[in-house]
Amino acid sequence: MTDQSTPLAPRQRISPVSRVAEIVTSSPVVLIASIILLVVVLTALFAPWLVPHDPVRLTPSVRLKPPSETYWLGTDAYGRDLFSRILMGGRVSLVVGVAAAIFAVFFGLILGLFAGYIRWIDAVLMRMVDGLMAIPSILLAIAIVSLWGATIWTVLIAITIPEVPRVVRLVRSLVLSAREEPYVEAAIAAGSSTALIMRRHLVPNTIAPLIIQGTYICASAILTEAILSFLGAGINPSTPSWGNIMAEGRIYFQINPGIVLWPGLVVSVAILSINLLGDAVRDALDPRMAKRGIER
Amino acid sequence: MSNGLLDIRNLRIALNGNKDQQVVKGLNLSIEPGQTMCLVGESGSGKSLSALATMGLLPPVLSPIAGSIKLKGEELLGASPARMRELRATSMSMIFQEPMTALNPVARVGQQIEEVLEFHTNLSQSARRKRVMEMMEGVHLPDVEKMYRSFPHQLSGGQRQRIMIAMALVMGPQLLIADEPTTALDVTTQAQILSLIRELREQQGTAVLFITHDMGVVSEIADDVTVLKLGEVMETQNVENLLRHPQTDYTRQLLQAVPSHVPRMARAEGSKEIVLSTDKLCKTYGGGGIFTRAREVKAAQDVSIKLMKGRTLGIVGESGSGKSTVARCIMRLIDPTSGSIMVGGSDIATLKQRELKPQRKKIQIVFQDPMRSLNPRIEVGQSIIEGPLNFGVPRAKAMARARELLELVGLPASAIDRFPHQFSGGQRQRIAIARALAMEPDVLVADEAVSALDVSVQAQVLELLAELQQRLGLGILFITHDLGVAAQICDEVIVMQYGRVVEYGPAAQVLGAPQEDYTKALISAAPGRDWDFANFRPFSEAPLAP
Repeated sequence: MTDQSTPLAPRQRISPVSRVAEIVTSSPVVLIASIILLVVVLTALFAPWLVPHDPVRLTPSVRLKPPSETYWLGTDAYGRDLFSRILMGGRVSLVVGVAAAIFAVFFGLILGLFAGYIRWIDAVLMRMVDGLMAIPSILLAIAIVSLWGATIWTVLIAITIPEVPRVVRLVRSLVLSAREEPYVEAAIAAGSSTALIMRRHLVPNTIAPLIIQGTYICASAILTEAILSFLGAGINPSTPSWGNIMAEGRIYFQINPGIVLWPGLVVSVAILSINLLGDAVRDALDPRMAKRGIER
Repeated sequence: MSNGLLDIRNLRIALNGNKDQQVVKGLNLSIEPGQTMCLVGESGSGKSLSALATMGLLPPVLSPIAGSIKLKGEELLGASPARMRELRATSMSMIFQEPMTALNPVARVGQQIEEVLEFHTNLSQSARRKRVMEMMEGVHLPDVEKMYRSFPHQLSGGQRQRIMIAMALVMGPQLLIADEPTTALDVTTQAQILSLIRELREQQGTAVLFITHDMGVVSEIADDVTVLKLGEVMETQNVENLLRHPQTDYTRQLLQAVPSHVPRMARAEGSKEIVLSTDKLCKTYGGGGIFTRAREVKAAQDVSIKLMKGRTLGIVGESGSGKSTVARCIMRLIDPTSGSIMVGGSDIATLKQRELKPQRKKIQIVFQDPMRSLNPRIEVGQSIIEGPLNFGVPRAKAMARARELLELVGLPASAIDRFPHQFSGGQRQRIAIARALAMEPDVLVADEAVSALDVSVQAQVLELLAELQQRLGLGILFITHDLGVAAQICDEVIVMQYGRVVEYGPAAQVLGAPQEDYTKALISAAPGRDWDFANFRPFSEAPLAP
């Protein structure tokens, strides 16, 4: 009784490259955001070769100069070239942003998987997570940095830790619903181990939301790093970052407002671009959002 | 014929306005006041879309590209949104399949009915309230004062559907569109709702456009029937004529696929080998909270069953009867509270996960929902071989076996590297069966395995199960709410209610000559039980008493 009356649908596979291309070109705004982000990343990556001046060399003779042909965005209170500093500062900000996103997603995924799948861990872990979330994240970050001193690693840890609970909650909720799916029950009935069920059936369900969450964490980490530097709890002032450039320029705002405004503008534009891209990825990966778009 | 209350002429609905992607292809339909027109078809036939087009509620990607829909002579296609809103409130209304999602969960049901009156009439508050109370009494809700103040979750499914009907009819519309209004309900509740719709139609002279996939329901409620297939009208006939003398092959096939409520001939006793048995199986939820005494729910109580090799044991019952709880306990997807489960000579009820693993091989399950029972992200071949790999079968051998199994369940072996979304519901259910068989089990648990399928596909899958049983000597535990399906596939039947076994015996006896009142009530509520659809006549006219 072979049932050949209903032919199989044709094979179809979408390559990851064309999928990315599809997301990027989904709207002009997203395209612009992608281009801006690409420029920011490339300039930060190649900053040591692109900077017109040494970003840390003090030149007291040219303090607080307005923008000119030699100093494109002017100079700061120690006569350092602002443009070069912003270019170099992007390196710290982007590294912190990307690394915080990766670490937060990684640890959040592991903890969330266990919390969602194993009942007794859930009760204990989620109360700890609740406790962690009750502390304002900037406050927690400042506490951690002042405890261990300001290096790029402690700043990174200080920014990552407050982000982890959010990821844990997200992953846990996804796992809680995925574990009720009949295909997971079928895998249990087939004698699959917990590790195999997590790897094959649960983790793939969390990937799309995690990519999206990751972009938001990245944006918020860049902002948090800037805030920490601005408050003086960030990494060593000798290494330029968008936050500490602004912090140092604050006192000279009336003489040369550019020292605060230019890095501020770059931070805003970079975060806006990341968030826009995150929204685009969410729309592309979440079928419910796409549907809502149609019904609108 | 053209002066009906609702007149649909040559209606064509297309995806993105594209002529080549028509989902409704030239629908003609006419309903007189006080008449019930049934729109019948399998999934994808365009029956719901036609109703939504009438209500002006089509999703934007779909649009009518030709034809006309006239209500009392007024053209609805192209009417302004404001006018459509007005008409939806006063002249036509619609009820849906799932009353829980159609009601606002955070508003009291009485107020939800009253809201309609508030927007579309000038009645005073007390007059509105009085009208709502009358309406709620009209749909036979008990204790309307209390009901008025209830929230949707405090009502049963049948009560919620009554509220929806009250809401739909409160403005006294001339046309009621009912889109599978009883599909999500239990059979006894379904019978009550059907008789309510019939009664209201007679009292108020409302015309009813009733959408369903269930021929049993059609035979109960329709005056006229329009059969749709993939957007095309197959035929329109008086219900009696349609059931006796279907004009097209498609209708004939559709009717022949309807499982009859008369149990099939008993099969000769086969093997005496017991492959699965339970003794006094109990599952209790809740109870024993730390601060409060949570209410105990006895989902299954003292369930004792015996399944022989090569036989099929059916468990039937309404929702909440505990039939799925029993299946999940037997699969050890949940832990039973007490009692024993004997699979192939060992009691698995209390085994720890590690000791349980070798026993898992012997008993496999097929679930209800074909869309969710396969992991959408991995190829079906990977799903099939997951079990065998867990038991140490080499990958190449498991893959070769998976190809054989796909052919065994009626799919080409080349389907092995495709993803679940590339298959239809029936095909996916075949793959789920192949996955279960890959473990070479002694027992197959089918938990509502054909309930989500169209009736013609359902018939094919049932046939497949019967064939596999004969070839492999499987014992099948078949869980269903559909007495017709149970009558056609089961050797023995258990009827469950509130977690208890009400009646247990050979299918012919339980379904043919039930002893218990509850079984009798279930059977008499089943829609279309008097019709022998496959032979195009009522059972009363059958040449020999069955």
